[in-house]
Amino acid sequence: MHHHLRKTLLAGAVFFAGTAMSWAADCGVSSGRVSIIGNEFPAIKSVAAKAGECDNIEFKANLTADHQKLNVAGMQGNPAEYTTAIIANSSIVALINEDVIRPLDDLIAKHGQDIPAQQLITIDGKVMAVAFMANAQHLVYREDILEKIGVEPPKTYEELLAAAKMIREQGIMQNPVGGAFAAGWNLAEEFVNMYLGHGGEFYKPGTAEVSINNEKGVAALNMLKSLTEYMNPDYLTHDSNATSAEWEAGNVALMNMWGSRTGRLMDAEGSTPEVYENTKVAGPMTVGGGSDPAATLWWDGWTVSKNISDEDAEATFLAMKYGISPALLNDKTMGEAVWMIDGYQPADVNQGVFAAIAMQTTPYPMLPYQGLLHTALGDNIAEFLQGKESAEQALADIEAAYTAAAQEKGFLN
Amino acid sequence: MAFGQSFVGDVKHKSFFLFILPSMAAMVLFIALPILSVLVQSVFAPHEQVIVEVKNCGPFGCTESTMIDQEATEKLRAEQPLGRFVGAEIYMNRGHLAFGEIGQAWSASEGLGDFVSRVLNLPFYGALAFTLTYTAVVTPLAIAFGFVIAIAVNSLPRLFRGPMIFFSLLPMIVTPLIGALILFWMIDARGILGSAIQSIAGDPNLSLKASTPLTWIMLMVYGIWSSAPFAFVVYYAGLQTVPQDTLESAMIDGATRWERIRYVVLPHLLPLTTFMALIKIMDNFRVFEPIVSFSAAAHAQSLSYFIFQDLGGETRLLSSAAATSVLTIAGVAILLSPVLVRNWRDFNRMRA
Amino acid sequence: MAAAASTRMSPPARTALWGFVLLWFVIAAFPFAWTVWGSFKVEGDFFSKADWTFALTGTLTQIETGGAFTGDGYYGAWVQEEFWKATLNTAIMVVCVVAISLTFGTLGGYALSRSTYRYAFWLLIAALLFRAMPPIALISGYLLPFYQWNLWGHLPTAIIVLVAINQPFTLWMLTSFFRNIPKDLDESAMVDGCTRFQAFRHVIIPVMWPGVITTGLFSLLLAYNDFAVTAMLLSKENQTMVPKIASFLGTTQTKGNIMFAVAAVVSTTAPIFLLVMFFQRQIVSGLTAGAVKG
Repeated sequence: MHHHLRKTLLAGAVFFAGTAMSWAADCGVSSGRVSIIGNEFPAIKSVAAKAGECDNIEFKANLTADHQKLNVAGMQGNPAEYTTAIIANSSIVALINEDVIRPLDDLIAKHGQDIPAQQLITIDGKVMAVAFMANAQHLVYREDILEKIGVEPPKTYEELLAAAKMIREQGIMQNPVGGAFAAGWNLAEEFVNMYLGHGGEFYKPGTAEVSINNEKGVAALNMLKSLTEYMNPDYLTHDSNATSAEWEAGNVALMNMWGSRTGRLMDAEGSTPEVYENTKVAGPMTVGGGSDPAATLWWDGWTVSKNISDEDAEATFLAMKYGISPALLNDKTMGEAVWMIDGYQPADVNQGVFAAIAMQTTPYPMLPYQGLLHTALGDNIAEFLQGKESAEQALADIEAAYTAAAQEKGFLN
Repeated sequence: MAFGQSFVGDVKHKSFFLFILPSMAAMVLFIALPILSVLVQSVFAPHEQVIVEVKNCGPFGCTESTMIDQEATEKLRAEQPLGRFVGAEIYMNRGHLAFGEIGQAWSASEGLGDFVSRVLNLPFYGALAFTLTYTAVVTPLAIAFGFVIAIAVNSLPRLFRGPMIFFSLLPMIVTPLIGALILFWMIDARGILGSAIQSIAGDPNLSLKASTPLTWIMLMVYGIWSSAPFAFVVYYAGLQTVPQDTLESAMIDGATRWERIRYVVLPHLLPLTTFMALIKIMDNFRVFEPIVSFSAAAHAQSLSYFIFQDLGGETRLLSSAAATSVLTIAGVAILLSPVLVRNWRDFNRMRA
Repeated sequence: MAAAASTRMSPPARTALWGFVLLWFVIAAFPFAWTVWGSFKVEGDFFSKADWTFALTGTLTQIETGGAFTGDGYYGAWVQEEFWKATLNTAIMVVCVVAISLTFGTLGGYALSRSTYRYAFWLLIAALLFRAMPPIALISGYLLPFYQWNLWGHLPTAIIVLVAINQPFTLWMLTSFFRNIPKDLDESAMVDGCTRFQAFRHVIIPVMWPGVITTGLFSLLLAYNDFAVTAMLLSKENQTMVPKIASFLGTTQTKGNIMFAVAAVVSTTAPIFLLVMFFQRQIVSGLTAGAVKG
């Protein structure tokens, strides 16, 4: 009652002040607490702000790059500090492993019949999250450079290497290939892409036993190394920021990059017209004669905490549902992400992600122990790329590092 | 407000306790207790997880996958909330001391060089190699550099000293988050410093970021640059308390400036030097921020970096992070022991 | 010693020292000067991978903003992103951390410097080993209890954690400084009938400022620059400067506004300049009081 009054007064005050803030919205909530934790970028900020417009709720949001270090601890207490965590397909695993999020089936039956089924993330038959945006890595290329050497945008990594060779030999660019190859998470992601592109399986079926020390693993590593030969020698320090900067400086003509970053590459800021007008996107490439794209699909979605009252869970569900409703879309938010929302109109920059979806790219694996393998990959590939050890040794190191971690976590004996 | 009359020359137990209480309380609550829990954490690991095969569906279709069977593990968790006791297992595994792997390396290696390279391939020992080199180089150079700056600034006319103190502190003031980012860009092969270094070296393809030795040097130069101000300020403050009459009489005796520094100033600053050596050895052994800011993980790692990774990954390795923390404390204790033994002797001399 | 000694220094020695100061001045201040200059450019110029001279000529700044200099970074940080809120939080936090650290530290440091019992030595050693604990491991241990007891997110929590984490350093530093203050001072006061606390208050406090100011400077810089504690333990409304700056930097999948961060860093250095200018007199005033003898 008290909250209701305060919210109404607040809404009134805002109205009379005549600010641009929108009206408190009726999301069907009668009362309850909504507290969001999630990563900090424009699309998620917009969703959180929209959810916060709901009537009759006590609202808080903690959007920070450190969200993954905070969300489990903040949801383990009872009642949990956060009633919802916004996560991606890699990070939902930690929440499921620690058993801090609740199935949403009852709430969907009651309030969520209109949420499209494809947005529902079901794990073992239970809906655990609602996805609202998609992302993927795919080809970004310079149209003018490719025209100069007379080739089509590459569809495979082998074609990309051939094009890179021509660009270098014709003296157009010294290091025409870019990529987020910074040791750690980024480099591991590139291996995951490449290994899946070769049709590799990370584990022995149905177990947590890793098995990447095989021909496909070696082939994936060798392809990564071939790419680095056409990259700036500092590639091991290049995260997405540095790679984008190389692109905007006009030093790079071909790269595999996140769809969510292409908008900034194609706008007029940070580079010359020659670069941004010729920046084009295409779907992810295949490798080694395989048919699976060497890339992964990602979604971002929201969950509801387990350790909260039913009232808060219901309020959170309704507020978050409103947060990703078509009401979210306007001129400003439209370009912030590849939304899975009715009424979303994709722009040219988003074609790469749509192509990735159309090509049935593999989603990033949602396995309880995938994070451990990702860390092990990020730590042990750089030595191979620098020529300090063989591909087999690097893969053996990765398997050993993963096995030690998985044994500690109880996934392996 | 009487604490009771003490014996002259020493602090009585009760007043000592009252003076130290606030400080101790803060440290026990926020450091000692967490260290205890870390010790416990490092000998327990999560329960064995029951894995079940499931079908997951999402916006991109359905896949066969696995998940943890929560009901099956819940009972185990309720019985033993700390997890399963593993003793020193975590300390011994490949991510830490890796005794088993060292044994294998010894029997498999073809010579001492091969053995060393196999050992350095293990994460803990690779990190130790960098960390110890870093500590051994940066600590003395930063302190010495700071001392010379202090002497030099102290010789400036009074008017210039204030601004100079500020400018000397700049490497410490600018948050490393941004400071390192900007420096990192400046030393890029096409940045202002990187280009300067290339033209000095006469090699247009030189890149500090691409080679391991150059990355190490870069990190060490940054370490000295960013911690010299600390030594400078401490020495500068210490110089203000150098006994004037001793200096005067030394001058009357015809001591040169160097002799005055050698026989009056340096001994006076010795306690401060010990203090700084302790702090800097510890900080350098735990080097972390530059590795992250300079994206140097491909070339250099440290124990603190491992902790950061264990805690920051998608799946957190709490026991591993705890064990690495304990090993860090142990490493610091070993490194500091010579200084501490000296301190103990000084302390006993003071008592005498 | 300084003023007197410098006048008697031989000209070559003075030239060498002053030359060294000049060199150090360039090494210490150049990156910052470069940053101040660059903060008035667009990102494409200051962080150019095409040609570093863009930062001097402002090629892209001209194209994007129509002038060789732009205040967009400052406008974005202070007006658009309301950086002043974070500045205010930092100011509150820094003042509290310094005041509490120094109060705890001077009391404890004084006692430790004057006690000759063995436990005083072992306490110092324990404090040192406490400090060896990597802060990230400490902080991740706080999270669960802090969330559970509703302590998470508040400024006082971050303040007391920073005080505690910094206490070993403060204690050691102040103990070192107090050991340089001759024992005869407080002992003679106690012979005259003062209690230990009265001796501390009337005799030690007046002469302790050089050490305390120096220690305070480090507490200040620690609190001011802390990222680990403030990023993990503060909620958005209590966010301080450094995590706010970090939030300008973007994530793996999205680009940030790096120039906001640069402008924010540059503009918050000014208050530190004033503080240092003010307190450097205090460091020297301890000397002119003439009370300190070795």
